[in-house]
Amino acid sequence: MSEISNQLENLSFKAQQIANEASQLASSVVDTSGGHSDFIIFGITVLVLACFVGYYVVWSVTPALHSPLMGVTNAISSVIIVGALLAAGPIDSTISKYFGLVAVGLAAVNIFGGFVVTNRMLSMFKKK
Amino acid sequence: MSNLTTAAYLISSVLFILSLRGLSHPSTARRGNFLGILGMTIAIVTTLANPGVLSYKEIGVAFLIGGLIGTSIAVRIQMTALPQLVAAFHSLVGLAAVFVAASAYYNPSAFNIGTVGAIPMGSLIEMSIGTAIGAVTFTGSIIAFGKLQGFVSGNPLVFKGQHFLNLLLGLGIIALIVKFCIDQNQELFWLIVAASFVIGVLLIVPIGGADMPVIVSMLNSYSGWAAAGIGFTLSNNLLIITGALVGSSGAILSYIMCKGMNRSFLNVLLGGFGGEQAASADGVKDDRQAKQGNASDAAFMMKNSKTIIIVPGYGMAVAQAQHALREMGDLLKAAGAEVRYAIHPVAGRMPGHMNVLLAEANVPYDEVLELDEINRDFSETDVAFVIGANDVTNPAAKTDKTSAIYGMPILDVENAGQVFFVKRGMASGYAGVQNELFFRDNTLMLFGDAKKVCEDIIKGLEN
Repeated sequence: MSEISNQLENLSFKAQQIANEASQLASSVVDTSGGHSDFIIFGITVLVLACFVGYYVVWSVTPALHSPLMGVTNAISSVIIVGALLAAGPIDSTISKYFGLVAVGLAAVNIFGGFVVTNRMLSMFKKK
Repeated sequence: MSNLTTAAYLISSVLFILSLRGLSHPSTARRGNFLGILGMTIAIVTTLANPGVLSYKEIGVAFLIGGLIGTSIAVRIQMTALPQLVAAFHSLVGLAAVFVAASAYYNPSAFNIGTVGAIPMGSLIEMSIGTAIGAVTFTGSIIAFGKLQGFVSGNPLVFKGQHFLNLLLGLGIIALIVKFCIDQNQELFWLIVAASFVIGVLLIVPIGGADMPVIVSMLNSYSGWAAAGIGFTLSNNLLIITGALVGSSGAILSYIMCKGMNRSFLNVLLGGFGGEQAASADGVKDDRQAKQGNASDAAFMMKNSKTIIIVPGYGMAVAQAQHALREMGDLLKAAGAEVRYAIHPVAGRMPGHMNVLLAEANVPYDEVLELDEINRDFSETDVAFVIGANDVTNPAAKTDKTSAIYGMPILDVENAGQVFFVKRGMASGYAGVQNELFFRDNTLMLFGDAKKVCEDIIKGLEN
């Protein structure tokens, strides 16, 4: 009897191990699929689709407003500030953080400058 | 990234798309600009709420300083200086991209892309490409700014082996990127930055001043691709979508400008076209005499005409003549004439430059028409008044196959009953081609500064 119970214990231990390994494997599979390596394909999908959206939206812009278009696109390309904020985020003073802060400042010049100058241009367009 | 953050970034992306969509008509354009501001605000607030972002004080200071500088420049800038302002702004986006990439390289854990020295290959590729595009945008835009502002000569700077040198540098950058992706060495990172800075300068110096509209649009496009590159590093769809929008917008504007000059994009990029050298190199002396008129003749004739089309060009911007021109137009309208404006796609130094200047002078936008809309009407028009434009009115573009501007779409001003051509002297235009129009029977030259001529005509109209 004791032998059988020992074997059973052994078996259940092994089953536990296999279950552990399986769950580890599963989590690593989730990691890779949700992680960076696959983002490239996903990102390229988004990029290509966004290019099509951009193509159709920009062709619909009236030529008279091509200067304001450049102003707006200049302002929104400063959305790069998202990266700058993440870089400048940590508390500890590292070179990386200072690079981030400089980038925040540069992007802010653009955001404010771009939107303000576009608004100035657009406010001048009047109908008869 | 939490689902909530992702959703907020998606809303930002949609707002940016709607913001560009708003520019399809002047009546919805201001709302479009507002949607863009809203999208940017959501993006910034969402990022600030990220648990990794803690140094609010320093970020606030950097943001405020940048915001104040940007606002004060944008409020003060003269509308004639818009092209150089836009070029300067593009350079900042490029530089910001370089700094973000450098930051990601030195502290990859802030972006969830591994640890120092152990950044995954994919992230390294994206990072180095984003850096290179950002760096090219930075120095390229600075040179474009210098040329537009007059700090750097607007003449194309051409030297032997230029294209070979660019090719060599380009291949060198690719080799550096490959090596960087294997070694993750910091010297290699900065070498990529330095080499891209150099190629940015070399790409723009051979390009002449009047080709700058294409170049400013192209750099606009680059700044978008740089943002998209950083978006890949951050696994952030907002940056990728926005980058793609800006990138395609700039590319389309470059295409429109190239088409407006009937030149290929490659031809513009290779440079060496136009500038003062080309204008003086025109050598062949023309014995024909252009008829010269004066302001009071022009005032008298225009007062008695029913339809007038004004064709403005970069010369109007240089002379700051838009206000005087509008006043002249108002007087003519009061005298019973129909006054309209015809804009060539490449008039001015950036896409839509003339439209903004005329709007600044209070010309209603429904009186300002594009080439396709108005070109047919010249034959039924009493007077065409060309001010500061030249090559875009040259009939030789339609007939002379040997001409440098052959095939370029032009405004058919020669079909009007009478053409007045305001010009400082007889020098040929940017393309270095003599304008056939000067010697037509129905053309009268009005020599002088554009603003001065307009003011003299106004005096003539008032008497």
